[in-house]
Amino acid sequence: MPLVARRLLAVAPTVLVVATVTFLALQVIPGDIAQVMLGVDARPEDLARLRREFGLDRPLVLRYLEWLGHLARGDLGTSITYREPVARLIVARMPVTLSVALGAMVVAVGVALPLGVIAARRAWSPGDLAVLAGSQLGLAIPTFWLGILLLLGLAAAVPLFPLQGYAAFSAGPAEWLRHLTLPAVALGTERAAALVRLVRGSVLEEMTRDYVRTARGKGLAAAVVLRRHVLRNALIPVLTVAGLQLGYLMGGTIVIEQVFGLPGLGRLLLQGIYARDLVVVQGAVITIALTFALLNLAIDLLYTAVDPRITYD
Amino acid sequence: MALLEREGWPTSSLAPPAPARAPRRRANLPLLVGAALVACIAVSAALAPWLAPRDPTAIDPAARLLPPGPGHPLGTDRLGRDVLSRILYGGRVAVVVGAVAVAIGAGAGVTLGLVSGYRAGWLDALLMRAIDGLMAFPALLLAILVVASLGPGHVQAMTAIGIVLIPVFARLARAQALAARAQEFVLAARAVGARDLRIIAVHILPNIAGPLLIQATVAFSGAVLAEASLSYLGLGTQPPTPSWGGMLQEARDVLFVGAWMAVWPGLAIAAAVLGWNLLGDGLRDLLDPRLRRGV
Repeated sequence: MPLVARRLLAVAPTVLVVATVTFLALQVIPGDIAQVMLGVDARPEDLARLRREFGLDRPLVLRYLEWLGHLARGDLGTSITYREPVARLIVARMPVTLSVALGAMVVAVGVALPLGVIAARRAWSPGDLAVLAGSQLGLAIPTFWLGILLLLGLAAAVPLFPLQGYAAFSAGPAEWLRHLTLPAVALGTERAAALVRLVRGSVLEEMTRDYVRTARGKGLAAAVVLRRHVLRNALIPVLTVAGLQLGYLMGGTIVIEQVFGLPGLGRLLLQGIYARDLVVVQGAVITIALTFALLNLAIDLLYTAVDPRITYD
Repeated sequence: MALLEREGWPTSSLAPPAPARAPRRRANLPLLVGAALVACIAVSAALAPWLAPRDPTAIDPAARLLPPGPGHPLGTDRLGRDVLSRILYGGRVAVVVGAVAVAIGAGAGVTLGLVSGYRAGWLDALLMRAIDGLMAFPALLLAILVVASLGPGHVQAMTAIGIVLIPVFARLARAQALAARAQEFVLAARAVGARDLRIIAVHILPNIAGPLLIQATVAFSGAVLAEASLSYLGLGTQPPTPSWGGMLQEARDVLFVGAWMAVWPGLAIAAAVLGWNLLGDGLRDLLDPRLRRGV
């Protein structure tokens, strides 16, 4: 069986658990779901209509199987607040969330790679210790607080960065980038802090290997050994973890979208929660979680392509 | 990966490693700084009723949005409440949520992990698939899902964060139990007729207490951060109870006229997270001799 098919089969149980947890979490809500969604002032006929629409009068197992069937066909139901199919709402917001997550990834890797390598080359020097201390600080600063500080310090002072909102890529790359920079920096800094330690550790570990000693023994300059030999090996685990971070950043965007008023998936989820629109909540959660799981799978597969020593036989 | 993330690789250049020097014991700086920060936050939270200059929920319209000054060292918020008092009381929320969430996560996770790892077989396979499924959610998303189900609030946030922590502890405990079950002390206990429960509780658990303690410390910082995030989103601690994340949410509307409102609670969160992270790092250095530097 091809590797992709085998990995897809392996990830299937996880996807099923994700779907089941998402479904069950919103079925065990204390009280009457219809009442929770429509509020205490809802008319009895509206409540009855919603119960019928959601099949709340039927057994849970039946509803679950039916929901799974709809999910497999990409049907996530219809929002009661937007009066639109949830799938359409999600598709409209997905580019925002992916843009922020990708932008944050670029910031994280762009900061962590050079800093990690420089720190490793001068391990235990004052510069290295400063990088390590900075990484500790970066991990401790909440992304949303950093976002607020950026708004206070940069957006207010430099008119280049807008305070709130988003511009689609189709409206012009420059405008898109202008709106994306601060959210990406706010979200990416914390990941950079985590990644820089990994880059540093990985490069340091590779530098103790025999092949480095051999290369140096042959008379190769330290910079050449680092570039041609050490980095190629050291960056394999870094690439994997950086890839996994992308999925993690999908979760991180929920808060950042709120700080910068970005109309993404996270904001849709929160608006769903505030409005008790459980269909939207369910759709947004399952989309983010499945994207997270599938991104992890993609990275897993990419890993075997990058490092031929790894097999799943 | 955890190993790689450690900074314990004492090589300074691309040159071959220098000959071993005489062992030199260094002060465990992360442990000291972390413990000091954590102690500071825990003590100020415990003594909040005595340290806080004012009632953290007392509204004073005449003192709205006052910048830091003599009467209010950290200023006031848009309702005239004293920011310092709210930060001190907010520390209580952070510490209580952290402790309860870690207790839920560790209690359930370690139990599941130990049973799963010790018994192995179909039970292990089933539990681990469930754990994998929970880990497939980004942590904050799972917490939000649980809060969406239970409704916003302080207790709900604690429960949600505790549930998020279960897979982390379960995986660690399972790995440790799997390693321990083939050890001679376990075989010896089984040979003298000890029951499974006794072997797990009396023989295996104390042997894996070190890694679990480190995990609990790091999880605490995650719990503080998660509570702050949930409260910032309006899903955690509800007003008027002061919480650091909630204070940042309240600061959002008056960001450019009351910047101090957004600065101090963020600093408090960062200090708490830094403290618990450093404490975890320090404990790891202390309890895992393989990672000890300069020894």
